[in-house]
Amino acid sequence: MSTADASLGLRNQSIRQASLPAWSLAAVTVGAVLLSLLLFATTGFAGDADFLVVAVTVTVLAIASLSWVVEGKRRAIDRIATNAALVALVVTLIPLGFVIGYVIKKGRGVFGWSFLTHSLADTGPLQAGGGVGHAIIGTLEQVLLASAFSVPLGILVAIFITEYGGRRLATAVRFLIDVMTGIPSIVAGLFVLAFWIFVLHQGASGVAAAIALAIIELPIVVRTSEEMIRLVPAALREASYALGIPKWRTILRIVLPTAATGITTGVMLAIARVIGETAPVLLVAGNSNYFNNNPFKGEQASLPVYIFQNAQSSSTFNVQRAWGAALTLILIVVVLYVAARLLTRRNQLARR
Amino acid sequence: MAKRIETSGLSCYYGNTKAVDDVSITIEPKSVTALIGPSGCGKSTVLRSLNRMHEVIPGARIEGKVLLDDEDIYASGIDPAAVRRTIGMVFQKPNPFPTMSIFDNVAAGLRLNGIRKKADLQDAVERSLRGANLWEEVKGRLDKAGSGLSGGQQQRLCIARAIAVEPQVLLMDEPCSALDPISTLAIEDLIAQLKDRFTIVIVTHNMQQAARVSDTTAFFTLRGPGEPGHLVEVDATQKIFTNPTQQRTEDYITGRFG
Repeated sequence: MSTADASLGLRNQSIRQASLPAWSLAAVTVGAVLLSLLLFATTGFAGDADFLVVAVTVTVLAIASLSWVVEGKRRAIDRIATNAALVALVVTLIPLGFVIGYVIKKGRGVFGWSFLTHSLADTGPLQAGGGVGHAIIGTLEQVLLASAFSVPLGILVAIFITEYGGRRLATAVRFLIDVMTGIPSIVAGLFVLAFWIFVLHQGASGVAAAIALAIIELPIVVRTSEEMIRLVPAALREASYALGIPKWRTILRIVLPTAATGITTGVMLAIARVIGETAPVLLVAGNSNYFNNNPFKGEQASLPVYIFQNAQSSSTFNVQRAWGAALTLILIVVVLYVAARLLTRRNQLARR
Repeated sequence: MAKRIETSGLSCYYGNTKAVDDVSITIEPKSVTALIGPSGCGKSTVLRSLNRMHEVIPGARIEGKVLLDDEDIYASGIDPAAVRRTIGMVFQKPNPFPTMSIFDNVAAGLRLNGIRKKADLQDAVERSLRGANLWEEVKGRLDKAGSGLSGGQQQRLCIARAIAVEPQVLLMDEPCSALDPISTLAIEDLIAQLKDRFTIVIVTHNMQQAARVSDTTAFFTLRGPGEPGHLVEVDATQKIFTNPTQQRTEDYITGRFG
């Protein structure tokens, strides 16, 4: 019996293992930072970003070396991997923090109630004041109309793919939807320009922009809804069928409510994707300095186009207003996202 | 209430694979019939073909006849949904609707069959929950989610949901295999009460359970891996467990498998 075990020596392993105390990690970090400081003071190294990179690298390597000596190879590799993941997380969050922080810093000056409720009707490029009210109305109307077109359509397509279409037809539809995802937004805008405006002789308007945005939203809604509907357990469908509930009612009452949270997330992703679209909107809805609450008639301003036009201006007032509009756009996305979350949470039942 | 089910020459297929071969069996009304046999012998498939749940799986189909009081449920012009309303089903894993409250779970089948009056629904829900021995445990929390209940309670909720639409027959596919012994006992007591009103068919791996709850037992087996399952014998439970006709049945119930 003992021969097999003894040959590999597995039985002699201890379950005890040396491990570095927390204070030693802190000490190594401090030491590594001091070492980096010394390096930057005595050699040609310079710059804040360079220092950050060097200090982090030295710290991670120092902890790994110490760990290798005291704790062994496996724990050292574990520490390197953990720290690398942590650094990656921070690196990912830095641009997000900078973008949001910078927009808030630049846009805060003009932002306020007056900014949100006024248009540029009475404000010239060289004057302070004015606002984005007309662009907010335009963006909200265009995006809501686009969602009104694309969300019901997209969910129905997703239901068809998952519940009704045969395997081959579903694959074909899914392929076409993927192709649609790849359509650049400017092409969607060009299509609306060529068809809606040049062939059907409709004027530039908010609804033209909404059609272009709907074309961009549609594949996102279809793919996310499809994934969510697919996640609904077959057991729930069977339970419903076993009660004598027909298939269409099962889909309406059991499948869709169960997938609702995920579908809402998908719709929010689609909205977030198109709410910042500039090119197609500029192409078919134009721009305006006045309030135009009717999306079906006349050119209509929107926040991305507003930002685009004003940011190019040589007037500092226009540039400030562009920053204010950028802040407004971010806030609208946040508000819509939180509202959608609350709406789906309300439908969730208390468990006890 | 409670109808007879009779199959003749019933064979079930998954695509081109024959899963069950030539089953002819009569299930008497207001009795409990247990289907027993080793895994893969097709007893669950037979059960699901009794209320047209088998065909829900893509590619699945049957040959032969299934008669419900002399009416072929696979004849043309028969609505599968109506069949399933008449022949209810309880599954192996409790599967309450997660987006619905306890009340709505039980009322789901009724609402979708056109009963909308609040008073009617309340009566029916209370009656069904009492019928499933669950009323006393949940009467104060009918508006809470069904998924917050324990496994045994969830399974009784599913039974309440199934009997709420007042079926003639209740099919149970290993209803206790995910439950602890106490919950199992509760379900078995319930089955004994329900057989006054329903025809019950239960698939079980637990032979003691078959012996405890059923009046009639059908033993299925398969000749080898990849072969379709078939019915070996069906008789009074008492007889199957004490003096079966077939040697293979005796080997199975005494644990000498083969």
